[in-house]
Amino acid sequence: MKLVVAVVRTDRVNKVLEALFRADIRGLTITRVQGHGGELEKVETYRGTTVKMELSEKVRIEIGVSDHFVEPTVKAILGSARTGDVGDGKIFVLPVEKVWRIRTGEEDQAAVTPLFPAAEENGGER
Amino acid sequence: MTPPLNAADTAWMLVATALVLLMTPALGFFYGGLVRGKNALNVLMMSFVSLGISGVTWALLGYSLAFAPGTPFVGGLSRAFLAGVGLQAEGTIPHVLYMVYQGTFAIITVALISGAIVERMRFTAYLLFLPLWVLFVYSPVAHWVWGGGFLAKMGALDFAGGTVVHINAAAAAFVAARVLGQRRDYARLAILPHNVPFTLLGAGLLWFGWFGFNAGSANGANASAALAFTNTLLAPAATLTAWTILDIYRSGRATAVGAATGIVVGLVAITPAAGFVSPISALAIGAIAAFPSYFAILWRSRTSLDDSLDVVAAHGLGGTVGALLTGVFAEKAWNGTTNGLLFGNPQQLAIQAVAVLVAILFSAFSTYVLLRVVSFAVRLRVNRRDEGTGLDVSQHGEEAYTTGEGAVLVLDYSPSGSSAAPLAEGGHA
Repeated sequence: MKLVVAVVRTDRVNKVLEALFRADIRGLTITRVQGHGGELEKVETYRGTTVKMELSEKVRIEIGVSDHFVEPTVKAILGSARTGDVGDGKIFVLPVEKVWRIRTGEEDQAAVTPLFPAAEENGGER
Repeated sequence: MTPPLNAADTAWMLVATALVLLMTPALGFFYGGLVRGKNALNVLMMSFVSLGISGVTWALLGYSLAFAPGTPFVGGLSRAFLAGVGLQAEGTIPHVLYMVYQGTFAIITVALISGAIVERMRFTAYLLFLPLWVLFVYSPVAHWVWGGGFLAKMGALDFAGGTVVHINAAAAAFVAARVLGQRRDYARLAILPHNVPFTLLGAGLLWFGWFGFNAGSANGANASAALAFTNTLLAPAATLTAWTILDIYRSGRATAVGAATGIVVGLVAITPAAGFVSPISALAIGAIAAFPSYFAILWRSRTSLDDSLDVVAAHGLGGTVGALLTGVFAEKAWNGTTNGLLFGNPQQLAIQAVAVLVAILFSAFSTYVLLRVVSFAVRLRVNRRDEGTGLDVSQHGEEAYTTGEGAVLVLDYSPSGSSAAPLAEGGHA
């Protein structure tokens, strides 16, 4: 299993989510973060006070996936988060030691496997 | 020969002028709440800056083009730079007061257009567009209806500006939305209002200011003002009621954005009719006006027309319905001059229709030409990157909701300096 951590632009988040869902990647967590990735500095002025904004609003997306899902996940993010300008963000892939799905107690591979097909225990609600 | 000044009329018109002026900031909040947070200041500024530019334009030339004696199509230049606009009576109020009262109308009319072009227009292009539109579109149309122009002579009824303000602005909004094109995210991503309470606040303040807009259009503290005032309360009340019922019937829930929109539609619809129809007719006009605008808004969002804040559906349709229904419900018993269709004068409806059509065609065509002219001087749209970042930072160098985290104080910043150099273009893996 791997943990894919991506930091992307706030205005690309919806695109990224859409791409991930299209690629059948459904279990994820997002966090609003601030970061600095070498983008153009933003200069703002409030009355006489001029400031350089060194931190930009970003969104961090964390996705736990089984090994063979790493590539489609990364591809989906690369394709949807890119604008070509500095500040598009990063993707990190980290090893994961252990995973539990809290609801069932499933472990590891089973815990990060998406519920296919069509959420059997939800009575076909999906 | 000039009639004397009337103290009561003057007092009311002083208040009414301030009320109408308040509508423009109110519009800023109504619109500002409906856009994404990264564009909130830009949208507010599109309204606020009109207080400056349109106000100056109006005093220097606009008032003359609208209200000085001239041809049936545009006023002359005899009042340019406020020549002869002094303390003497115009009607029963000082001429300066009449001029400035009318100025508040010019200010809000051009600001109304901004709702169709939010989140993408360059601010400098908008700044150039404002005075041109006031001079070449607003002033002539105001002259046609209120300055003794050809629509006035035809007998078109427009009490407070259904045609001059709302239909005029909406036709311009339609064209502006087309000329600028869609926002990049339009119909691709969900674009949600970032602050619905702002929108409700704006709608509430618009209603408050609208009492000055409609009742002030009686130009005095008189029975006609009282009728317009009453109708300005009743018609939006009916629209809001109808809108809420439509919402519940259609989706089971009464929405807040819908309520704010319904209030504005009702206000727009009663504007041309305010001093011409009975209070019961005002209720009918308000209720009827809800339907076309309600369904037009639902339909518009599935079209390619990115009239982002539905200026056409709210002000165009609301204004048209109001203008036509003025020709239906006008009642001599209440206005002393003219009957409408229901009271034996079907011809009035035809006159109203002609006035609406002429205003739409003129405004649409002129707005197209003006935007083309502006586009020769400066690009109309922000670039892709700035649209993504948001117009607050790119156009104004400010953010509506900044935390201040990561802000480094700059003591010797020069705008033309090296600030555009990226910190780390290469090397940063």
